[in-house]
Amino acid sequence: MRKGTFVTDAILQMRAITKTFPGVTALDDVNLTVRRGEIHAVCGENGAGKSTLMKVLSGVYPHGSYAGEIVFDGQACRFSDIRDSERLGIVIIHQELALCPNLSVAENIFLGNERVTRGLVDWNRTHADAARLLDIVGLRENPATLAMDLGVGKQQLVEIAKALSKQVRLLILDEPTAALNETDSAHLLDLLRGLRDRGITCVIISHKLNEIEAIADATTVLRDGRTVETLDMAADAVTEERIIAAMVGRDLDHRYPERVPDIGEEVLRIEDWTVHSPSQHGRTVVSGANLTLRRGEIVGLAGLMGAGRTELAMSVFGRSYGTGITGRILKHGREIRLRSVRDAIRHGIGYATEDRKRYGLNLIEDIKRNVSAAALDKLSTRGWIHDNDEYRVAEGYRTGMNIKAPSVAAITGKLSGGNQQKVVLSKWLFTDADVLILDEPTRGIDVGAKYEIYSIINMMADQGKALLIISSELPELLGVCDRIYAMSAGRITGQLTRDQATPERLMQYMTKVKEQ
Amino acid sequence: MTSVGPNTAVPTAAEDQAGIPLAPERFSGRLLSANLRQNGIYIAFALIIVLFAVLTNGDLLAPQNISNLVVQNSYILILAIGMILIIIAGHIDLSAGSVVAATGAIAAVLMVEHAVPWPLAVLLTLICGGLIGAWQGYWVAYFGIPAFIVTLGGMLVFRALTLAVLGNQGIGPFPSEVSTIANGFMPTYLGNIGLGPLDGADLCTLLIGLAFVAGIIVTQWRSRAGRVRHGQTVEPVAQFAAKVAVAVVVVMTVIVQLARFKNLPWVLLLLAALVIAYTLLTDRVVFGRHIYSIGGNINAATLSGVKVKSVTFWLFVNMGVLSAIAGMVFAGRLNQAGPTAGTGFELDAIAAAFIGGAAVQGGVGRVVGAITGGLMMGVINNGMSLIGAPTEQVMLFKGLVLLGAVAFDVYAKRRAGAGR
Repeated sequence: MRKGTFVTDAILQMRAITKTFPGVTALDDVNLTVRRGEIHAVCGENGAGKSTLMKVLSGVYPHGSYAGEIVFDGQACRFSDIRDSERLGIVIIHQELALCPNLSVAENIFLGNERVTRGLVDWNRTHADAARLLDIVGLRENPATLAMDLGVGKQQLVEIAKALSKQVRLLILDEPTAALNETDSAHLLDLLRGLRDRGITCVIISHKLNEIEAIADATTVLRDGRTVETLDMAADAVTEERIIAAMVGRDLDHRYPERVPDIGEEVLRIEDWTVHSPSQHGRTVVSGANLTLRRGEIVGLAGLMGAGRTELAMSVFGRSYGTGITGRILKHGREIRLRSVRDAIRHGIGYATEDRKRYGLNLIEDIKRNVSAAALDKLSTRGWIHDNDEYRVAEGYRTGMNIKAPSVAAITGKLSGGNQQKVVLSKWLFTDADVLILDEPTRGIDVGAKYEIYSIINMMADQGKALLIISSELPELLGVCDRIYAMSAGRITGQLTRDQATPERLMQYMTKVKEQ
Repeated sequence: MTSVGPNTAVPTAAEDQAGIPLAPERFSGRLLSANLRQNGIYIAFALIIVLFAVLTNGDLLAPQNISNLVVQNSYILILAIGMILIIIAGHIDLSAGSVVAATGAIAAVLMVEHAVPWPLAVLLTLICGGLIGAWQGYWVAYFGIPAFIVTLGGMLVFRALTLAVLGNQGIGPFPSEVSTIANGFMPTYLGNIGLGPLDGADLCTLLIGLAFVAGIIVTQWRSRAGRVRHGQTVEPVAQFAAKVAVAVVVVMTVIVQLARFKNLPWVLLLLAALVIAYTLLTDRVVFGRHIYSIGGNINAATLSGVKVKSVTFWLFVNMGVLSAIAGMVFAGRLNQAGPTAGTGFELDAIAAAFIGGAAVQGGVGRVVGAITGGLMMGVINNGMSLIGAPTEQVMLFKGLVLLGAVAFDVYAKRRAGAGR
């Protein structure tokens, strides 16, 4: 018997919400009913209107800028800003955490809500109250610790503690586990269950359907700004496939496109690769890693956050990360030295970063200039750019990759995540790289676009490229890769072929502390 | 958050409902606002010219005044070219005024005190400018100190250098060739020709103007034709023709007025050459592209193989050389290198860049924009002094124009963002 069922009264009703932006209807007659004390998931593809709905609810879009009504706890609400909604106990935690890195945990928790005695901040009370809240969320840290010294998972907990300090009654979490590893995610989900037992209602927006399946009492699915349906998770025996079908409006029997691998000779071999941290002196981030990539092969690299996967990839990619790097790189059996990113590109290696917006794209420039950015040499003679050729090349990728934009003069910052990723992949394809390292290639991309990205990855493999895919989503690695390496604490702890690999065996390797 | 916007090929909700594409007036309205953001500076410039032309009863556009406008602002415009590149890359240079003074002083010492032949002295001064830029570029690019701090230090250091070199006194006069470049006019080569009611004008100047205009038309047309050949969308012929026609009229007006006065100022030719060269650099050369990519997203640039440090270093070297050119032009114009030369020039150059559409965060800006911004301030200075406005009013107006220009840019950007 799940907890939410016996309280059937609604704490929140959003009725017939319609919100338009110039030229776009973001929400069209959306209804959302959340029962008191339940965990209610809201899911849908990117652009389905989830975040817009939450912004309407929390007063970011004030009353009058949308049509429809919001009833919270039996009372019609007309929020004019976010403070109005917080006063009623509606607190939203955004996907991008909003902590001040240079302030302490305690200061962050009570930011804008300071513990004050006679007009002055009462630090004793601040720290005591913070410690109490941290205890509730299960974070064993000194309240005086600076937020920047905490990992993302712990910062998330601080955000929740901050919400609790505001006497939260309805907690809204936007993609809370997007940046978390599996352990931290599991802890967070446990915490949400605990909050539910304390009578706090949660609305959780998530792309991770397995988590929704595990934790939600009800799920509302949005598609193209409309409510598709609300599923009672216990009563309807809802599966991931069921939710996906509602989200995309079609059956996704195959979440991963079919491919017959045609694997050739070894292209890249990394031997005894060791990397030290540039910031923490003497700390080894990658130690003695060995791996090989073959022509036409898709190789996965699994690991928990902090295992050193990105660090390994970036240090190989022209030493763009780390100091004290030792080890050998062999391309087609011959040792190569990559001292800079230019060297790496010249030797046919490409690296698509895990953080498109911060490291992958120039968001204020158009598609065309982003596509050409890493291979301008191909488009120029003696430093002179042939801009018509550039246009032609970019246009070719726009149509070939199905980048949804009116022209290659569209600014990349305005594209959706999936289309931005296609621009990044186009950029690396245009460098003629035969080794491509793709770091979290589908992070923040909706289900339909993920399928397209997988198809592009398969296409690259069919063209004879050697691919290394770094991903935190095990099903993705299992669905796409021919062979998977697992990393833990800077070491490669094992490798499994497609037939051998199961989530359990991978997880074993990923959590192996040290082999000796 | 919705990713489906009017800019994507996906049918928008409005389209779905009505079953027809967005209403055309809406669409053209958006085009207009996009154009307004790009061309707002030119429209504002035109308005200011009209305003002062009216206030001064046309004196603003009189032959001698146009000539003065060019000559008096040339050194700021030269600095603005270097400054916009630095700002596009996301940096700033506060030392430009001091470098102008220092290089002017070096040139004066070489030419006046040591009687070095002027071409050699000019070359040596340019090299000194380059070395000054290299010094600052080293600290910014390779040592990682913010340009604001490095050039704030440089502002003091190079002023100190100026005082040391000059011994706290002015040095002059310069050889006549140098002051002619800064202050003088092309001689009459082909005689005068009558222009009816406009009296006589220099034929050679008119011919250069016509050649320049022909160059504009041909290059613009060829570039357009090239785009058409590659299947790119181009503006309609009428719009294209109108744009070129405006450019031609503006250029020819200036040329005719100059031809009626004392022919072309040499410094205008120098400036035109610099503007063309640097426009090509930013638009068509790999190095220029790298400047934009560094300013737009330095991390992405690094991971795309752009040599960020080297590009930054050479940008400052370039700024030093341009400052040296400005330094010699300024000193040549006064026919003396003085210890207080160039005070505040860096701020005028920075203002020109921002009025001309550069973004504070970097990654955006055009050479022509910076030149327009600089000219706009020049017109304000000149126009207000013609109507006898006191200094405080000039400063007030310039300050508000700077604020207004950037406020407009921020507003337009926010509107563009909200329209998603």
